Amino acid sequence: MAKQKNTATAEVLGAEAHSQLIKRERRANNVWNKLRRNKTAMIGLVIVVFMMLMAILAPLIATHDPNAIKPSETYLSFGEKGHIFGTDEFGRDLFSRIVYGARVSLIAAIGGTVVGAIIGILLGLLSGYLGGAVDAVIMRLMDGMLAFPFVLLAIILMTILGSGLPNVILAIGIGNVPSFARVVRGQVHIVKNEEYCNAGRVLGVSNIRMLFRHILPNTISPIIVYATLNVAGAIISEATLSFLGLGISQPTASWGNILRAGKDCLNTAPHIATISGIFILITVLGFNLFGDGVRDVLDPKMKK
Amino acid sequence: MSDKKVILKVRNLTKEFKIRAQKFGEQPQILHALTDVSVDIYEGETLGIIGESGCGKSTFGKCLVQLHKATAGSVEYDGRNIFELKKEDLKNLKRDIQMVFQDPFSSLDPRMTAGKLVEEPMIVHKVVTDKAERSRKALELLQTVGLDVQHVHRYPHEFSGGQRQRINVARALALNPKLIVCDEPVSALDVSIQAQVLNLFNQLQKEYNLTYVFISHDLSVIKHISDRIAIMYLGRIVELCDANSIYENPLHPYTQALLSAIPPESPFEKRERIVLSGEIPSPIGEQKGCPLAKRCPKCMERCKTDAPQLKDVGDGHHVACFLFDDK
Amino acid sequence: MSENLLTVKDLKTYFFTASGVSKAVDGVSFTLKKGETMGIVGESGSGKSVTASSIIRLLPPKIGRIVEGTIDFEGKDIIKLNKKELLNFRGKDIAVIFQDPMTSLDPVFKIGNQMVEMICAHQDVSKEEARKMAVEALKKVGIPQPEKRMESYPYELSGGMCQRVIIAMAVCCKPKMVIADEPTTALDVTVQAQVLELLQELQDEMDTSILLITHNLGVVWKMCDTVMVLYAGKTVEYADTKTLYAQPLHPYTWGLLDSMPKLSDTVKGELNTIPGVPPDLRLTGNCCNFYNRCPYAQERCGKEVPELVEVEPGHFVACHRQNKENKLVRGEENRNE
Repeated sequence: MAKQKNTATAEVLGAEAHSQLIKRERRANNVWNKLRRNKTAMIGLVIVVFMMLMAILAPLIATHDPNAIKPSETYLSFGEKGHIFGTDEFGRDLFSRIVYGARVSLIAAIGGTVVGAIIGILLGLLSGYLGGAVDAVIMRLMDGMLAFPFVLLAIILMTILGSGLPNVILAIGIGNVPSFARVVRGQVHIVKNEEYCNAGRVLGVSNIRMLFRHILPNTISPIIVYATLNVAGAIISEATLSFLGLGISQPTASWGNILRAGKDCLNTAPHIATISGIFILITVLGFNLFGDGVRDVLDPKMKK
Repeated sequence: MSDKKVILKVRNLTKEFKIRAQKFGEQPQILHALTDVSVDIYEGETLGIIGESGCGKSTFGKCLVQLHKATAGSVEYDGRNIFELKKEDLKNLKRDIQMVFQDPFSSLDPRMTAGKLVEEPMIVHKVVTDKAERSRKALELLQTVGLDVQHVHRYPHEFSGGQRQRINVARALALNPKLIVCDEPVSALDVSIQAQVLNLFNQLQKEYNLTYVFISHDLSVIKHISDRIAIMYLGRIVELCDANSIYENPLHPYTQALLSAIPPESPFEKRERIVLSGEIPSPIGEQKGCPLAKRCPKCMERCKTDAPQLKDVGDGHHVACFLFDDK
Repeated sequence: MSENLLTVKDLKTYFFTASGVSKAVDGVSFTLKKGETMGIVGESGSGKSVTASSIIRLLPPKIGRIVEGTIDFEGKDIIKLNKKELLNFRGKDIAVIFQDPMTSLDPVFKIGNQMVEMICAHQDVSKEEARKMAVEALKKVGIPQPEKRMESYPYELSGGMCQRVIIAMAVCCKPKMVIADEPTTALDVTVQAQVLELLQELQDEMDTSILLITHNLGVVWKMCDTVMVLYAGKTVEYADTKTLYAQPLHPYTWGLLDSMPKLSDTVKGELNTIPGVPPDLRLTGNCCNFYNRCPYAQERCGKEVPELVEVEPGHFVACHRQNKENKLVRGEENRNE
């Protein structure tokens, strides 16, 4: 077609320069690079990473055994006798409990979100793609679940399942299914009517391939955004459950049950509830900031 | 014309859409998108379909590739009605009839590279199972449409509109189709790029003996690429003739008005415009009489009650108008 | 010759993006006279819409900036206007008609209310008077039953009708100049013809100037007195319409004219095309932007940016091979005349 020209300035407007440009553009629009330019996202990310490192490296960071009881040193305040955050009603080191509690709280929150996301995505995909009766049944079921207050739903589940970390994850997960399913279904409705899906149908692409090769990849951005923001909510859920005594049972530390213990001695040792509350607050804030940033970056409206 | 082989025989194709009632308890209304369309498409020809928005030209294309389910009528391919085919036959049929879409920006999956996009049809139909062989074939196809190696790993948003349309064409070609339905394939492109793509279509047709159903709203594009042209108005074909006679000898009042509305080809040209009064009537609800009756300057009493049928007035020139009924 | 209304000189509008500076408009100069219609043609990305947005100073904030040039409107430099003067300038002196009629009207307000609000914002009249003016304007643009239409919502009207309403809004402030940015691209041919004729009638009546931006050369032939061809952000040729059609000088203009399929063409002939694609606007500016697609390019074209020169009176062209002394003759490709 085009006559090939080999003169000198092909380098300015030619193919090579264009390839370079596309590389530069890819780099600039790379999710990570975009995220790096977003201040809120970076603040959020720093907090999230800090908390996660704390959870992972708990054995190295903790100054004491989190479950070691010392009746002689109960209700100590900040910094007394080498306890950075003081001690609780059994004389356990609060700092170590917070550090180990981060593990439990984050695992419960992230695990719960992942469980909720997986079930929710599958239901949402089916519901949105198949429509009709399947859609009606799944969505009414989801509506039914949404009609229950989360705490009530969780109480019922925890009563059936019994307490413990896996069950907390499951309860939080199930509680999150309806909202994930709704988000996914909405996205599927948009994507499945896109021209490229029609193009696929004309080619004779099967339903399974259509769902998992075309529709799912194109709905994943909003799902990631929603999931990130959802972790923040899940941290609170775990705290709520433990606070009510339904979640993680003593002596295992989680931010929720440290808070619960702190509640009983608010007058005498307010630092117990305060410290655990602050950690919950900062982590939730971190995930929210990060999630907002991720949304800015992945927002389809920002795409060209 | 008659000695040519008919590849697609469209008979009384009708498509109606139900429109959900606005108010509670109201009967749903019916939008007549396509009414009684019958046309033969010959092997190796380009049938141009032109009309204004809402005339049913896209619906026609989508019915042919079965993106829409026709309400009534039949489309015969290889002696069989394509609407009655079973699963396996249907899949085979999809290899023979392909489509190129209007909007090059939305018709490619944004998360697949050009190479993968062209490979997909071969994966779906298990034509080429060997991976290396498949990517070699994909590259070959991309080269056929004027792209090259450096483009294989790029994503759709990194291409310009014309290049994306080339990818679309390569994808359609991957299965060696017999017929390609082109739904406004150049409308979104710039003039110079449009010319390149039109040339590509012509060149490929010669090379692969393709049949095109080419849908567009631009008469000069249609005139340029088509052997025969069908003019559609409100879900019906009102005139069908070969490409030259539409310009030299338009018969239907609507065709004449349409031609007169096209912008001039030079600043020295002054056109006498035939004005159709009012707007295109709504295709919703019961349709009575000739669709053009209300706006036609030559409307007769009969036009208001009966709908004229598409009739041959000699030389394969078909027109649906009572003015030519006696001929 | 009537007096100049708008003079744009060497306008440069750049977009500053993360992956580089995009030279959307990189040297555009033209003059619009009173009562005249000027066409700006070019492909997408040639900078025709950005030129229009620069004139009304409606560029995307932060990213887009006018970096050089002057826009002289009746003796005042638009680039130096402050916010208040700018608001007065838009709407009162200048009106804009955008491409998509459906999205230029606010879908939640009645047409009448939108028009009255617009009139009241720019003219010192009461609401009742504004209403009367609005009805008058709707009648003028050929909308049947204007009083009734005042109570309609935009979605109740067809695209052509909406465009008429927008034109009515544009004319009821009696602007000195109308910028029409692809006013008929979204419309069908028959409706397009009606809208264009309406614009012509209104222009004759009110003696406004029209800056018509389009990619459709047919529309230019029908409407414009002068025409400017843009390519990759630069003015490549600028002349009165008939001259440009009869004696185009820039190789890009030749290619553009050749690329148009014509009704009088033979069926399935090969179109003469311009090979390749327009350059990315982040790469342009160091040589003739048309260099890599031009069949007449020489070594010099790849090294220097050509200046816009007046080859004949009123006929400007930016090409190294076209000047007063030395003329390039259009190649062997003969068009069907």
